[in-house]
Amino acid sequence: MLAKQVTVFIENREGRLCEVLEILKENDINVVGASIADTSDFGLFRMIVNEPQKACDALKAGGIMSKLTDIISVVVPHKAGSLEKVLKVINEAGINIEYMYGMSSQNSDAAIAIKTEDLEATQALLEKHKLTE
Amino acid sequence: MIWNEAKECMSRDEIESLQSARLVKAVNRVYHNVEYYRKKMQAKGLEPGDIRGIEDLHKLPFTTYEDLNATYPFGLAAVPKSELVRLQASSGTTGKPKIAVYTRRDIDIWSECAARCMTMAGITRDDIIQVGYGYGLFTGGLGAHYGAEHIGALVVPMSTGNTQKLVTMMVDCEVTAIACTPSYLLHVAETLRDQGLLDKIKLKVALCGAEPWTDNMRSQMEELLNIKAFDIYGLTEICGPGVATDCEYHKGLHIWEDHFLPEIIDPVTGEQIDSSEYGELVITTLTKEGMPLLRYRTKDLTSIDKTPCECGRTMARIQRFKGRSDDMLIIRGVNVFPSQVEAALLTIDGTTPHYMMVVDRKDNEDTLEVQVEVEERFFSDEIKELEALSNKIKATLKTAIGLNAKIKLVEPNGLVHSEGKTKHVTDNRKLYEK
Repeated sequence: MLAKQVTVFIENREGRLCEVLEILKENDINVVGASIADTSDFGLFRMIVNEPQKACDALKAGGIMSKLTDIISVVVPHKAGSLEKVLKVINEAGINIEYMYGMSSQNSDAAIAIKTEDLEATQALLEKHKLTE
Repeated sequence: MIWNEAKECMSRDEIESLQSARLVKAVNRVYHNVEYYRKKMQAKGLEPGDIRGIEDLHKLPFTTYEDLNATYPFGLAAVPKSELVRLQASSGTTGKPKIAVYTRRDIDIWSECAARCMTMAGITRDDIIQVGYGYGLFTGGLGAHYGAEHIGALVVPMSTGNTQKLVTMMVDCEVTAIACTPSYLLHVAETLRDQGLLDKIKLKVALCGAEPWTDNMRSQMEELLNIKAFDIYGLTEICGPGVATDCEYHKGLHIWEDHFLPEIIDPVTGEQIDSSEYGELVITTLTKEGMPLLRYRTKDLTSIDKTPCECGRTMARIQRFKGRSDDMLIIRGVNVFPSQVEAALLTIDGTTPHYMMVVDRKDNEDTLEVQVEVEERFFSDEIKELEALSNKIKATLKTAIGLNAKIKLVEPNGLVHSEGKTKHVTDNRKLYEK
């Protein structure tokens, strides 16, 4: 299903990540998935949280710029080949994956957050293959 | 050795009466041939007859970069275009470069002045000299080239950009002299050292200019290369390298007062002050035909010593520069104004993001880092988008200022936004003597 991701631009300096998380904690926001993409100068901290808009507002109030982006979350059961199955479908449709990372799901299964070059087409594709939760 | 003893060693009285005679002629020439100057003089209620000698210099209007911009490209030319044989240019504060045009006689006088400088540094017709300044619109390459040819030295026109070839030819061709920026010479020296070639060179003398440097850098390069190093001063608007150089006593740079009339002003009030006091150097060209300039404000801060020099020359000496009265930076010999960077950033997305230029010198090479705040409109959740932004900024700046800058994207509000005029430059180099 489509979900909102919170992306934060952070400079590579000590303690910056903690400052972001501190703001989220103080606003009672739960982080259920996170990844960092880094270059030598800066990083992008991407998160799935329970209240995305509230997270953005809280970060903004704390002087940290963030952005909401659509991603697709897909449940992948804890068994061999379940992640491959999802990616294979996307790959065979010729859709390019921009990035992907793990997140928790509502139940005991795992889940992934995926950003592709065409989210709508991806979502339709996954529905067709009954891969959405 | 002195190239032109008759001129370089005139008595102060002779110098001043020659300057007065030439100033009167120069003022007449610009009044009658350059409409822009005529109007400027008329606005001050001045006629050529009001200027009877150098004592009247203070009455004349200044020429600034804004005047060059307003008359760009040929509005200050005092001769028909058919008389012009050369155009040189350097960076201006905004899009338009500063242009200077020369007649054949201007080039001859420039060569004569550069030849005096070369000779003052001990370079003769027996020398083989590598010119390591850029050839092109920048006056460094061609100015040093013509000066060296004029004294009959063998000129190797290296230009810039290939240190390995320069080093190889320096050894193979037994080069004895070099003209380049001081920071580049230190870079060359380190390359020679790293390749174990320091005892293979025949270099004796270096004539360094186009950027400020310190006595500390001089002793560093003299020691490392076992040479004598001299400072040469010039600026595109006046003629490029050859305006002034220091002699072996290193007590300031002798300025060729028979061609360039120097004075010192208070940069804030514009009042002429005693030239032995620190202030802004202002130069009036006395013999220029192509683009004569009245009281050109160099923005360089210095003072002038007119006392006799031990070398025998009587021409006044400009003292060590203490900085500039504007915000121009000289990075790898290239003049850069923060306003150029600002204008270039404006083209990226229509409004200027907050930015900071950080200039440093690492391993004797100037570095420029431009930090740009990633504002919401630039922000993306994808690294490749941000890298594309960074590359676009880099390419835009390269076109605008001619330098490769390292671009560093920083968080919004990551830079200091002071009230009023934001500070846009951090220069960590030690270029001026304290």
